[in-house]
Amino acid sequence: MKKPKLVMVGNGMAGVRTLEELLKLVPDMYDITVFGAEPHPNYNRILLSPVLAGEQTVNDIILNPLSWYAEHHIRLYLNRKVVQIDRQRRVVVADDGTEAEYDRLLLATGSTPFILPVPGNQLDGVIGYRDIHDTETMIEAATRYRHAVVIGGGLLGLEAANGLKLRGMDVTVVHLSDWLLERQLDRTAGKLLQTSLEARGLKFLLPKHTAELLGGEDGRVKAVRFKDGEEIPADLVVMAAGIRPNATLAEEAGLYCNRGVVVDDTMQTYDPRIYAVGECANHRGIAYGLVAPLYEQARVVANHLAGFGIAKYQGSVTSTKLKVTGIDLFSAGEFMGGGSTEEILLSDPMGGVYKKLVIQDNKLVGACLYGDTGDGAWYFQLIREGHDIHEMRDHLMFGENHLGDAGHAGQSKAATMADDAEVCGCNGIKKGTIVKAIQEHGLTSVDDIKRCTKAASSCGSCAGLCEQILIATVGGAADLTPKTEKPICGCTDHNHASVRKAIRDAHLTSIPEVMKALEWRTPNGCATCRPALNYYLISTWPKEAKDDPQSRFINERAHANIQKDGTYSVVPQMKGGVTNAAELRRIADVADKYAIPMVKMTGGQRIDLLGVKKEDLVNVWKDLGMNSGHAYGKSIRTVKTCVGQEFCRFGTQNSTQMGIELETMLANMWSPHKVKLAVSGCPRNCAESGIKDVGIIAVDSGWELYIGGNGGIKTEVAEFFVKVSSSEEVKEYTGAFLQLYREEAFYLERTVHYLHRVGMEYIQNKVLKDPAQRLALYERLLYSLEGLPDPWAARIAGAQAHEFTPLAAPAAQAEKETV
Amino acid sequence: MSSWQKICRIEDIPVLGSRVVKRAGGDIAIFRNDQDEIFAIHDKCPHKGGPLSQGIVFGRTVACPLHSWQIDLATGEALAPDHGCAGRFELKVEQGEVYLAL
Repeated sequence: MKKPKLVMVGNGMAGVRTLEELLKLVPDMYDITVFGAEPHPNYNRILLSPVLAGEQTVNDIILNPLSWYAEHHIRLYLNRKVVQIDRQRRVVVADDGTEAEYDRLLLATGSTPFILPVPGNQLDGVIGYRDIHDTETMIEAATRYRHAVVIGGGLLGLEAANGLKLRGMDVTVVHLSDWLLERQLDRTAGKLLQTSLEARGLKFLLPKHTAELLGGEDGRVKAVRFKDGEEIPADLVVMAAGIRPNATLAEEAGLYCNRGVVVDDTMQTYDPRIYAVGECANHRGIAYGLVAPLYEQARVVANHLAGFGIAKYQGSVTSTKLKVTGIDLFSAGEFMGGGSTEEILLSDPMGGVYKKLVIQDNKLVGACLYGDTGDGAWYFQLIREGHDIHEMRDHLMFGENHLGDAGHAGQSKAATMADDAEVCGCNGIKKGTIVKAIQEHGLTSVDDIKRCTKAASSCGSCAGLCEQILIATVGGAADLTPKTEKPICGCTDHNHASVRKAIRDAHLTSIPEVMKALEWRTPNGCATCRPALNYYLISTWPKEAKDDPQSRFINERAHANIQKDGTYSVVPQMKGGVTNAAELRRIADVADKYAIPMVKMTGGQRIDLLGVKKEDLVNVWKDLGMNSGHAYGKSIRTVKTCVGQEFCRFGTQNSTQMGIELETMLANMWSPHKVKLAVSGCPRNCAESGIKDVGIIAVDSGWELYIGGNGGIKTEVAEFFVKVSSSEEVKEYTGAFLQLYREEAFYLERTVHYLHRVGMEYIQNKVLKDPAQRLALYERLLYSLEGLPDPWAARIAGAQAHEFTPLAAPAAQAEKETV
Repeated sequence: MSSWQKICRIEDIPVLGSRVVKRAGGDIAIFRNDQDEIFAIHDKCPHKGGPLSQGIVFGRTVACPLHSWQIDLATGEALAPDHGCAGRFELKVEQGEVYLAL
């Protein structure tokens, strides 16, 4: 069968990224032809400024070498500009007469620099700043001429000016507005920026209107004259006064254009065979000029070209960063403020630091940072996710001061870290290794970094730091889509929320049903999505959906914790940390009988038997005669307690008994992630209730409940939830909260992250406000847990026997391996 | 000289699961996927020796339980970006019986 033909006009970052996304989805669907007006394969246009500044070379910034096109059987026409689209014949024609037929056409024509309509704009030495050719022209001019004038004090203009200055030219920046980067910075930050650029030797004229460019006898520009009559010498004039979507081709073909090729949320133009992506496209009135939104658009177009038809582009919040070495500025969202917004300001002009946060309705809506941009990524995330910041308003300005608690020696500012500083303490990955991988492989997301370098792939505590390094390295090209909004894995385009919803709404009860209904791309998922789906099914449809052991991580399949040498650890249940002589004797006997190499106290007030062989597990459980302690699962773990009123002279309630009752109630509970509880008998809090998923502290008049604490990767103090008076209420409120978490949290989301995502107010509304709703949650939890067998007892009785029994070994023979 | 050794019946291996053949020269992991394809590789991840038989199976891949390296069941090779190989064993299925060349 003949493949349909896909033709792409334009060979830049947005277009080629679309092809990459498309090839990932359907490697062989199309016969692909690409026209590029430049003589180069796809390169990273964002990095032209470092090339101009002499920090990188043209070869460094090539993203897809010619071999990439060949490898994917893409017909590439370089140096050929498409001049006509014949929509009736479905053919495009290039300036040299080359024609290509299409079934689908992708316009990725980018933008063109806006050239001021002033006399003299055609003179030699007057250029825009857009491509490798312009960059080379500037580099060459810097070797022969002295005076450069850059018209436009935006991102591009300042980067050009900085580069030309570094190459030895005398540079003046001319700008229309009162301050630099008026679209990215407020006045104060703009003035700070100007001061530090002046200190580097750049000159500024603003506000200033250019009236005319004057030429010499050789036809080359020699001066710039302004409206006020002032004149300055110029041998090179760089027009950086904005870009215009390059939609001429589309317009001439009769496609509806309005400051760009107008597209809908699927990036389709008014001709259904034609899509547009990148700077040439006008989506909901905006033609984006930054790379992150373009990459989002690329994913959407690829999804539709591949025939999946489910992705939608709904616009982007953008952030910007200036690529001038040594100058840190960052802005995102509605940073100007005004109207109904409030502002939090920190201004230290002498120290060169200025920060402005713009808040509306308890949400961060904009940020403008100058001098110290270390928390830019964090603010950007808060803006994009629309977090309620009411609770952290007091310290919002001071940033997310501990990105990773463990192993980073307080290091939290990626930009100031040395290249040999360790970022990932689990895998020993240094900053330099990550930066190099980002540059060499064109990485744009933390997931890419995890895959390529293994940093942040174990405990994940350095993911925030990796994100900062990513932003510091590629700026606006960083893909900062929060994990919760991303597809679960490469098998699907659905995120956790939409999968949970589909399972609930369409009453799906098995993994194959979910994969069919949601059009999974792989036959049976992967090690990331299957455990998530299994949890969503059994938590949404208890007693109906069947648990799938093959979709569980080994620990939950074997009901023990796998160790580095392939042996297992066994932690029997000791409710509330209470044991007795008979249990201890049996544990001692088991340790002797099975030659268990290590017996250790856990942090959860239990005893761990380490180094048990898998085939011994069932017998060990049998001899112990105790229930599973669930020390291995995304499930209830323990309820830690202090001795409480029965013995302690300070105790105000029977905390031990409370813990035992809770652990009894929650036995065998699966959850999105592990769940730990503690009950302390007085505010001295010996059971460490402040760092538990649910922490309970007894006071004389009752019990205080705290939720969302975490003592792990990043210490999080639990937040006060409610005070109740009876132990029955403790169970009801705890149960209701945990059921809400079980029903709504995403797989592998701890209570603290769930709490941060939905907000305390939301949880209080669901659990505290309406007694009927609380009772319903509590009853759903009890219903889910009712009748669940202890997993060890079930396996002693013969369940899943194959899991624990090796196949009989064949007779010893000479062996042959084929590799 | 190697010869075909009868190991088990296909049904003895759970779908999308595995069984282990214990052996002095290193254990062998026998996998079955949902197409009833059977594979045999060393039960030892080329990364840090994790028991591959304990991993989650999908398509023709198993994810190592220790650090999630992905191993191609048909070849024993680690999938990109990782490098390494858990050796593969010759295997045949006749009338529902699985044989290993040992």
